[in-house]
Amino acid sequence: MSTTERGTTVRLPKLGESVTEGTIGAWLKKVGEEIEKYEPLVEITTDKVSAEVPAPVSGVVARLIAEEGETLPVGAELCVIDDGSGTEDHVEQPAAAPEAKAETPAATAPSNGHAHNGTAPSTGRDRPTGEAGAMEMLRTRSSPAVRRIAEEHGVDIQQVTGTGTGGRVTKQDILAYIDSRPEVAAEPISTQPQAAQTATPAAPSRMPAQPVVPPPAAPAPIPAQPPAAGRAQVFPGDQIVPVSAVRKQIAENVAYSERVAPHVTLWMEVDMTGVVAARSLAKDRFQQEEGFSLTYLPFVVKAAIQALRQHPRVNAVWDGDQIIQRKAINVGIAVGMDDALIVPVIKDADGRSIAGLARAIRDLTSRARDHQLSVDDLQGGTFTVNNPGTYGTVLSTPIIVQPQSAILSTEAVVKRPVVVDDTIAIRPMMNLSMSIDHRILDGLAAASFLADVKAWLEAVDSSLSLY
Amino acid sequence: MANKLLIDAIRDTLISEMRADERHIIMGEDVGQRGGVFRVTAGMVDEFGPDRVINTPLAESSIIGVAIGASMHGLLPIAEIQFLDFIHPAMNQIMSEAAKIRYRSAGDFNCPIVIRTPYGGGVHGALYHSQSIEAIFAREPGLKVVAPIMPDDAAGMLRSALEDPDPVLYLEHKKGYRAIRGEVPENGYRVPLGKAKVVKEGSDATIISYGMMLIESLAAAEALEQRDGSSIEVIDLRTLYPLDNETILESACKTGKVLIVHEANKTGGLGGEVAAIIAEEAFPYLDAPIMRVCGPDAPAIAFSRPLEDAFLPTRETIGATLDKLAAY
Repeated sequence: MSTTERGTTVRLPKLGESVTEGTIGAWLKKVGEEIEKYEPLVEITTDKVSAEVPAPVSGVVARLIAEEGETLPVGAELCVIDDGSGTEDHVEQPAAAPEAKAETPAATAPSNGHAHNGTAPSTGRDRPTGEAGAMEMLRTRSSPAVRRIAEEHGVDIQQVTGTGTGGRVTKQDILAYIDSRPEVAAEPISTQPQAAQTATPAAPSRMPAQPVVPPPAAPAPIPAQPPAAGRAQVFPGDQIVPVSAVRKQIAENVAYSERVAPHVTLWMEVDMTGVVAARSLAKDRFQQEEGFSLTYLPFVVKAAIQALRQHPRVNAVWDGDQIIQRKAINVGIAVGMDDALIVPVIKDADGRSIAGLARAIRDLTSRARDHQLSVDDLQGGTFTVNNPGTYGTVLSTPIIVQPQSAILSTEAVVKRPVVVDDTIAIRPMMNLSMSIDHRILDGLAAASFLADVKAWLEAVDSSLSLY
Repeated sequence: MANKLLIDAIRDTLISEMRADERHIIMGEDVGQRGGVFRVTAGMVDEFGPDRVINTPLAESSIIGVAIGASMHGLLPIAEIQFLDFIHPAMNQIMSEAAKIRYRSAGDFNCPIVIRTPYGGGVHGALYHSQSIEAIFAREPGLKVVAPIMPDDAAGMLRSALEDPDPVLYLEHKKGYRAIRGEVPENGYRVPLGKAKVVKEGSDATIISYGMMLIESLAAAEALEQRDGSSIEVIDLRTLYPLDNETILESACKTGKVLIVHEANKTGGLGGEVAAIIAEEAFPYLDAPIMRVCGPDAPAIAFSRPLEDAFLPTRETIGATLDKLAAY
């Protein structure tokens, strides 16, 4: 960029959310021609959209920089318009210019009140500075709350009239705008994520959902309140249950998991005769020595661990362009409490015997119920085992605990008539339900894993040592 | 229920607890025959005797040190520091000893003392009788710091503090003693420590405060609401350490606009900590910068009346910033 030239440098704007570059189509003005602010200056095509870029200032086209047919990154210099401004009046920060031609397309369009096709959030590098810069930020980016609401409802902040400081759009302004929109296309937070325009993961904040407040007249008592956009109507007699921080976190976690990981669930029937017998034999002594009762869960966890060692892909996490197969086998055990499900982790579970697993499960479960778990207890899991079977379920479709690749649920052990050697026998049967992340695993891998778990359990006999 | 002044809520609770458990002893300067310079312990030496209501020498470090020692030998001392302004000589005993006993002994020992002390300005107390230095203590792990202003909270939290097995610094606003009146439930009423209270619900902005500034904040909130129908939520922190993050954050997320008010100096005051918590955890829900109205960073509340008035936030000065916040 010439530092002795007068005029404003026009740069390639970001024409869409994921647009990183554009191809110069036809120049609509020649050097020496006059141009008005907002008058079309040049045609740009991208892989998503074709657009005419309007001039950000009025003046005379002084110099064309980009050539027709050239493909350039967002932020690249296109031309200079002599609008009577000095070199220091460039719309973009001079420091950003050398980086404009670099690979990363981070620059925003000139931010002097010029409207765009889409909301183009500015990134750190090109943020305007100084008092005028602050006012500009306030006007276009408002506040965190307004940005969040804008994104959730697909609103372009710049379309909303602002009544706040410096013309800023306030939370009230954008909520009123959403309320007054003719088609309520807005979706409430955390439902139908695949239908939403944005693909951002659920907010990490564990705070309660924002109630949409009615305009600042005296707030009506709950039964009389008309439903605001996206909210359910409340009728007399309804009981409002506030969402606790824990429930909110669970809601976000499961919604996120379902959204990013394509879940496939497989079921395997397991003949638990051997396990039932082994447990029956050992339970009295176990109760005496350990002080608590032995359940089937440690057997299943042990079987799962053996299978994980044979199928390291099931003990893995998805990391974008790679899959990380974890060396440590840290098994999360789902613990149900009132209105919450928590998943503490048995670290290095492959180093434990069945009795050791039973003790660890007992310790984590009781500490969970007493709210005595540490942050470390809840982190680092590589595989999760859930046991809804204690409540009697026979099939389930568990949701994977991110960022793991699979989850195993043990269902109820139910005596059923089954065919053994072409005769009917009564056997205690238990289903295993396994959900996998189909990005990481496919049906064959999952079925092989489950087959190994089944084989291990069905091979249990009285010679199995718990220790 | 009975309608009481703050000072009587405190006094009546002390008396009832002294009667209920003879391990409680009160010790401080002038607490005996004089009944305390504010009269909180008036008459108590007559009922409980000089062995349980003990006049100490003018030696703050010893008052706390002896209380600590007594607490580790089975007594439940209630140590009074005559003015928070005088507590400095006792810092080592409070911070390095009382607050750390449980931790350093891995739970073998604990220090169940309550340190009662009047704080705050607005009574022409000048340099030595107006200080609000609670922020120094409201970051000491192992210590709890409480500052209830409403009489029911004062009674309930004093009872909880007296039952707490670990040290509690219990702050009593000297201007509030005879200025604040409220209904106090009888019979063993308890308010848990570590919980703030939403004393007024609202939806457009939140004021977080404690002490006499809570009263001023409520007045500022009501004045704004009268003027333009807005809806201001007001939170009484009640416990300064540990802070009730959940209540603070729930309100910040609900309204998106927060004003923190305290008479203590702005820099290093609790407002900074509350603001940081909100900024860290409730950022996506903020619709305006977090604002604070505090005492200036001046070395003291002066004896000079105009300077004292200039120091303390008032409902008018709070209202001016509240207006800015609401209009942001």
